[in-house]
Amino acid sequence: MTTKEPGQQHPIRIYLVVWGLLFLVSALSYSTDFIDRGFWRWMLILLFMVLKAGFIVAVFMHMRWERFALISAILTPPVLLLVLVGLMTIESDYTRSTRIEHFGDGTRDESMPAAVRETDN
Amino acid sequence: MIGVERQTIQANSQVPETTLETLADDWGSDIATLKGVPWGKAMMWVFLLSDTFIFTCFLVAYMSVRMSTVEPWPNPSEVFALQAFGVSIPLLLIAIMTIILISSSGTMAMAVNMGYQRRKEAATNLILVTALLGATFVGMQAFEWSKLIFDEGVRPWTNPFGAPQFGAVFFMVTGFHGLHVSAGVIYLLTIAFRIRRGKYDESNFEIVEITGLYWHFVDLVWVFIFALFYLW
Repeated sequence: MTTKEPGQQHPIRIYLVVWGLLFLVSALSYSTDFIDRGFWRWMLILLFMVLKAGFIVAVFMHMRWERFALISAILTPPVLLLVLVGLMTIESDYTRSTRIEHFGDGTRDESMPAAVRETDN
Repeated sequence: MIGVERQTIQANSQVPETTLETLADDWGSDIATLKGVPWGKAMMWVFLLSDTFIFTCFLVAYMSVRMSTVEPWPNPSEVFALQAFGVSIPLLLIAIMTIILISSSGTMAMAVNMGYQRRKEAATNLILVTALLGATFVGMQAFEWSKLIFDEGVRPWTNPFGAPQFGAVFFMVTGFHGLHVSAGVIYLLTIAFRIRRGKYDESNFEIVEITGLYWHFVDLVWVFIFALFYLW
């Protein structure tokens, strides 16, 4: 369990427990498909997604036993990607509002440009 | 400052003469940042980090087109429903594919454990089981693709269900993931045969852990695709 050992040698039990948990969380994740789309469905999808990702990274990929130098080097950059997600959310909202303003709200009327209508065929 | 520099230089056997030599000397000065991490493992982590950025680009692009389209997004739970026992079960094939990929992650974790215990035979067999499960996953994905392309007429630029961007996102994201799984199967088979040939007998079989990192990453990406593309 210490970092002095050259390899990552851990009891098999913990792998089996996490394996079982992954199946359980996957089943829960699949069950969200039977909830109507809305706030709680999205929250549950994200919760189960983060749980599964956490189990895989922490135990299967041995991150919880690594030194902090490696953990911070690998896990910090993906967190920064949330900035990109935030920026693109703002950008997409803007694109959508300009589309509605210029092309209508998606109901296929003749005022839409031919190029836009063609994609529907 | 000068004193510190002089001390550092004196510690080395040869005094660097140019700036370029000093630079090379400093970078080559036997200081490891990631202590206790084999270089192969560190490099695999760096590769996986770059791959994370690629998949994030795909998923953010998906988020952008889905948020900005004015046409209704196709409902994945209907698009990917499958007829079984006379009823339509939503996302049936995708659920089975998820179970297969999680199973393969488990067998891979076991293979890593067996490798560090130096049980070569068990490690090799578990890697082969992992590869077989991976190949099954790719086969099911091929079935899903052909069903959507030939039966439903989904194209990257159009589809009968709604927003045309749906096809582009589907083929791009699942295609790139499927490519990773296929490459992973070849990678696993290569490592399994190399272990059997005795190529790693001198090492402590950290190669199995490095291979495992790649395979778990493929499973990890599927977790995000399953949640954000199929369930959302």
